[in-house]
Amino acid sequence: MALKWVFRGGVPAPHRKNTVESETSVINTPEKVIIPMVQHIGAPCTPLVKQGDTVKVGQKIGDSEAYVSSPVHSSVSGTVTRVEPMLYASGKMVMSVEIKTDGKQEVYDDISPPEIRNRDDFLKAIRDSGLVGLGGAGFPTHVKLNPPKDKVIDHLIINGAECEPYITSDYREMVENPSGIINGVKLVLDYLNIPKAIIGIEDNKPRAIQLLTGLAESDKRISVQSLRSRYPQGAEKTLVYTVTGRKVPSGKLPADVGCIVLNVNTVSFIASYVETGMPLIQKRVTVDGPVVNQPKNVNVPIGTSLQELFDFCGGFKSTPYKVLMGGPMMGIAQYSLETSVIKNTNAILAFDEKEGDLPAEWACIRCGKCINACPMKLMPLELNRLVMANKIYELDRYHILDCIECGSCSYSCPSKRHLVQSIRMGKDAVRRVKKT
Amino acid sequence: MENRLFVCSSPHLRDSVTTQRIMLDVIIALLPATAAGILFFGLRSALVIIVTVAASVLTEYLMRKGLKREQTISDLSAVVTGLLLALNLPPSIPVWVAIVGAVIATGLIKQLFGGLGQNFMNPALGARVILVVAWARQMTTWTEPFIDAVASATPLSLLDASATATPLGANYWYSYLDLFLGKIPGCIGETSALAILLGFVYLLFRRVITWHIPVIYTGTVAVLTWILGPEGLFTGDPLYHVLAGGLLMGAVFMATDYVTCPMTRKGIVIYAIGCGLLTVLFRLYGNMPEGVSFAIILMNIVTPLIDRYTIPVAFGGEKGVG
Repeated sequence: MALKWVFRGGVPAPHRKNTVESETSVINTPEKVIIPMVQHIGAPCTPLVKQGDTVKVGQKIGDSEAYVSSPVHSSVSGTVTRVEPMLYASGKMVMSVEIKTDGKQEVYDDISPPEIRNRDDFLKAIRDSGLVGLGGAGFPTHVKLNPPKDKVIDHLIINGAECEPYITSDYREMVENPSGIINGVKLVLDYLNIPKAIIGIEDNKPRAIQLLTGLAESDKRISVQSLRSRYPQGAEKTLVYTVTGRKVPSGKLPADVGCIVLNVNTVSFIASYVETGMPLIQKRVTVDGPVVNQPKNVNVPIGTSLQELFDFCGGFKSTPYKVLMGGPMMGIAQYSLETSVIKNTNAILAFDEKEGDLPAEWACIRCGKCINACPMKLMPLELNRLVMANKIYELDRYHILDCIECGSCSYSCPSKRHLVQSIRMGKDAVRRVKKT
Repeated sequence: MENRLFVCSSPHLRDSVTTQRIMLDVIIALLPATAAGILFFGLRSALVIIVTVAASVLTEYLMRKGLKREQTISDLSAVVTGLLLALNLPPSIPVWVAIVGAVIATGLIKQLFGGLGQNFMNPALGARVILVVAWARQMTTWTEPFIDAVASATPLSLLDASATATPLGANYWYSYLDLFLGKIPGCIGETSALAILLGFVYLLFRRVITWHIPVIYTGTVAVLTWILGPEGLFTGDPLYHVLAGGLLMGAVFMATDYVTCPMTRKGIVIYAIGCGLLTVLFRLYGNMPEGVSFAIILMNIVTPLIDRYTIPVAFGGEKGVG
């Protein structure tokens, strides 16, 4: 299908998809896992287990009364050794459950395929499964699939763009389990009564496009669209625009323009849960980076420590200087290798000092490259200038809250200015001012 | 504590382009014009260029030292400023005047306002304008190409009835070929359209600048000088106006200065048309034959205003208020 809409801006970030051919391997069950009670956007879960309890694979160990939240399940069988705040991937301390594994990996008795007769059953099943957006943001999927009644959804968009450098975990899902993706799409279309689904994949993944196009022929509601490989093609707003020509209004969600966007891994998990009833307890993670000995894709029990994962990939060539959870454009730098893989972890990358260091800032020369790179049509250099001058009240006029923090501006800046960092600070300040 | 990891905000990946590389590209793009100047006007122009660049870099070094700021001469912007100023001086300029110009450009206009990125007008052009006013005779004494003789007139002053140095040369015109190659009296680097266009192509190829400002600026001048001809409407000679004087040098290398031109597409169009309008106004109706420097500097000054009223509408956003 020809491209009808091309998003403006973005950057030609290098692909570095070193692990495309790395078939997913399975890590040995670690000796212990640390499972945080927040692995999503929304209310934190309350632990349902205490020190000394025995748990089994798939057993729910944390839940919340709140609607925007998602329950947490044990990825192993073993004994709970600690329930207390522990270091989390964001750098904060978060209530977590540490489980010492017994190596038996016994499955919890209540695991069985959910009974689904209608839309409400379907949404409840998705909540029970602990599913959150696996593309990175971690928004609870049952909330996303249940937009306000007045919003008519006519497009389900499946995000297979995977525009971040290095990461191939979505790609591996598309080539290893394409039928799972199609089955998941059908389930969502059926229960939510959506007429049309489009699977968007960047054109640097021809095999995935070919496989899914072939399978999609069986259902005329589903089509596959090849997307230009340009960062940030996979950002929600740019993807919706490329596929439908609709612009998600400032401060609004894709549902406001009739779209729901799900990651390929998210949608194929729906199919797997409906079939088996096993909640979200493992995740495919791309382990890569210049200092990793054997970059590969690994299927990891949630809660496994980064150290364990790197060890499985042959350890380090040299001492890592910086470790990221996620891709190099939007990933979060980790304080410690003791933090654990969570639901929306899609990559763990390790860099040496040469690649990982923060370049020194030079003076802004107003070249405007950041303006041309911004997919949201903002003026990052002006935002940077205003934040540094603490002119919080002027930031709104430059639409600061529309920033999606994709990193394209900082990437393209010849003076290596820390644009996104300052814009984050500015957004935070503006939100605080707006609250009061 | 075990191995400490380095933590910072994303993105963790940067493009390889640096400010220094951009400045180097501008210097490379100026080499043909520099070579043409030395070819046409002799080694004296080489001396002017070397002294002006050296004075500009030294001024930057001393200013940063005096102001207790970190050194910035390695970003090469002082070299660019010095080179641009030198190329906009007559070949016969006294060396000490060139040095004064470099000090004004880099010291006064650039460093006193905060250094690279903070100046409100193009340093080289600002300095040139001050020199034109303060050393009017030295700044308008031209040399004939290839011979060390004082020229009677520049191509533009031939067009200008009010210019003082016309009578002797008024009976001949420069050929388009001479104008294109640069075999005409003028500032060191501005005479050869060919050399400037080579630099333009290089800058486009390296993606340092886009075509918009040079083409819109030059186009505006061409259209207006054609319409507002000396013998009534549509009798002008646009090609002569484009090739003569400092227009191409200004349009390609001066008006495109990142620091002093607007940043949005819309702003760039307004700015480039403004440069063209003012240039024609000064050239056709002013007291001096040339108007490029004044035009660009005036548009430099309104650039913050243009930027303020051309803030783009954010993706999916509504039209903002200025």
